[in-house]
Amino acid sequence: MKRSHFLLLAVLIALPWFAGEFYVNLASQILIAVIFAASLNLLVGYAGLTSLGHATYLGLSAYISAWLSLRMGLGHAITAPAALLLTTLVGCCFGWIALRASGLGFLMLTLALSQIVWGLGYRWVGVTNGDNGLSGLTRPAPFGIDLSDSGAYFWFVLVITTVVLYVIARFVNSPFGATLRGTRDQSRRMSSLGYDVWGIRWVTFVFASFIGAIAGLLYVYFNKYIHPSVMSVTVSAEALLAVIAGGSGTLAGPVVGAALVMLLKNYASAYVERWNMLMGIVFVFIVIAMPAGIVPGMRTLLQRLKGGQE
Amino acid sequence: MQFWQIQTLNSFALGGLLFLLSSGFALIFGLMRIANLTHGALFMLGAYAAVSAMRAGFGLALAAVIAALSVAVVGGLIERLVLRRLSGNAQGQVLATLGLSFIASDFCLIVWGGDTIPIQTPAMFQAPLRFMGLIFPTYRLVVVGIAVVVGMVLYLLMERTRLGAMIRAGVDDMQMARAVGIRASALFTTVFCLGALLAGLGGAVGGPIFSAYPGLDSDMLSLALIVVILGGIGSLVGTFVASFIIGFIYTFGTALLPDLAYVILFLPMVIVIAFRPTGLFGTIRT
Repeated sequence: MKRSHFLLLAVLIALPWFAGEFYVNLASQILIAVIFAASLNLLVGYAGLTSLGHATYLGLSAYISAWLSLRMGLGHAITAPAALLLTTLVGCCFGWIALRASGLGFLMLTLALSQIVWGLGYRWVGVTNGDNGLSGLTRPAPFGIDLSDSGAYFWFVLVITTVVLYVIARFVNSPFGATLRGTRDQSRRMSSLGYDVWGIRWVTFVFASFIGAIAGLLYVYFNKYIHPSVMSVTVSAEALLAVIAGGSGTLAGPVVGAALVMLLKNYASAYVERWNMLMGIVFVFIVIAMPAGIVPGMRTLLQRLKGGQE
Repeated sequence: MQFWQIQTLNSFALGGLLFLLSSGFALIFGLMRIANLTHGALFMLGAYAAVSAMRAGFGLALAAVIAALSVAVVGGLIERLVLRRLSGNAQGQVLATLGLSFIASDFCLIVWGGDTIPIQTPAMFQAPLRFMGLIFPTYRLVVVGIAVVVGMVLYLLMERTRLGAMIRAGVDDMQMARAVGIRASALFTTVFCLGALLAGLGGAVGGPIFSAYPGLDSDMLSLALIVVILGGIGSLVGTFVASFIIGFIYTFGTALLPDLAYVILFLPMVIVIAFRPTGLFGTIRT
């Protein structure tokens, strides 16, 4: 970690002392979006597999945890691991199906699978309460610490985000991460070198769905409410926009991208109701004008500036 | 008895509409190798365009033609203005169509509002047809008829005309097709317009069945994806067969197990993907 990272962390730790509740809550939402985008980046950036159905894992884990606590009356000590486990299991199945194809076939399969889960969220009223969503949820109190206050919850999310980003960094920089990038760049060569390309991709898919499930838990604890729209293609697309805008295949990219998307969404929806239209325009703009994303774009710009000075 | 018969006819009608929607999607995918994620939005745009045309006093038949043509123009603009800039970057093109689909659906929300707008069945098709003691809703039969006619026209277009031969050449080997003098650029625009035209026609013709509502785009896009995955990419016959399979499964699923209709959609797709990743009739492996 560089000094700037520690500085950022210090500012974030101090945030609840100087920022108002609105901004603390916004910061929590940004961190949750960061975890979610970082998990999607494992697929999009490091495995080279563009998924358009990642909201499935966020939504499923949120729904499972909500359902278990509301209908089964279970405590958070059980619902949280159960939600993570079940969502990851779904990730195992969906990964197996979606990875029958690669490239655009993969994209279409992930989109179709997530649309089915989303439709289920709306239609299976007996379980999901349909369009009304599930409300009356609570936040957990790990080790007896009360998280109902916005500052306390922000610190909780911050701790988890730090751990998750650290784990992702370790994963990506491990030998496994190197083989993963190998399958992205040269899948045939990796295959003839004896690597199990399919297996490597599948493990990454499952890992990404697990991290996505963590984001889902944090999401449902934050909102204490869950609605089927959280599994819609809009949410998947927002995360994908965050990854691509920030710069896919970099560790910082999804962090920057998710922060930008969330800020834009928040400020835009304060003035206009047209978030979908704005997101569409930003999407087209980024894809056409800045295909590598903001972080790599800035990096080359900085290098060029440094080169100019020498 | 009446239940099964009506649902069967509904299944055929939905299958026909799905064919109008998916054949365009499959055509574009086959030639340009991109998944056009605006396709659901184009279908919805067709439905809303028909609404406006009918408010202007046109009958449904003429409204459908107007809707199909205006959606075709929109498709052409998308291809010329956006996708053209990203040629060679399939992923970028798909993401651009995703962005455009959000723009289009929000546009419909602004222009036509958030309420469901029903589209009247033409008066001449309102009375049900009675035949051998059975009752058939006439308009559903008309929809099936339109789909079959469009399917035949498309087949003849692809197999018997010069344009069809050029498209088939492009699907098989774009580089070679260019080398023998086929203008890929014009071909792409034509095919994109044709695909959009079919989607717009589907939206307008499907209007009396689905109505026009926000969210129609994403409902239709998921169905189109499932049809194309099931039928196999680049196969007109596959798309035709899969459209009706999904039409049946979805209609009966919704009627018999309304809560789980979406899960039932999922099963045939999984089975086909497991045993035949190219789809039932497909030859292109993505």
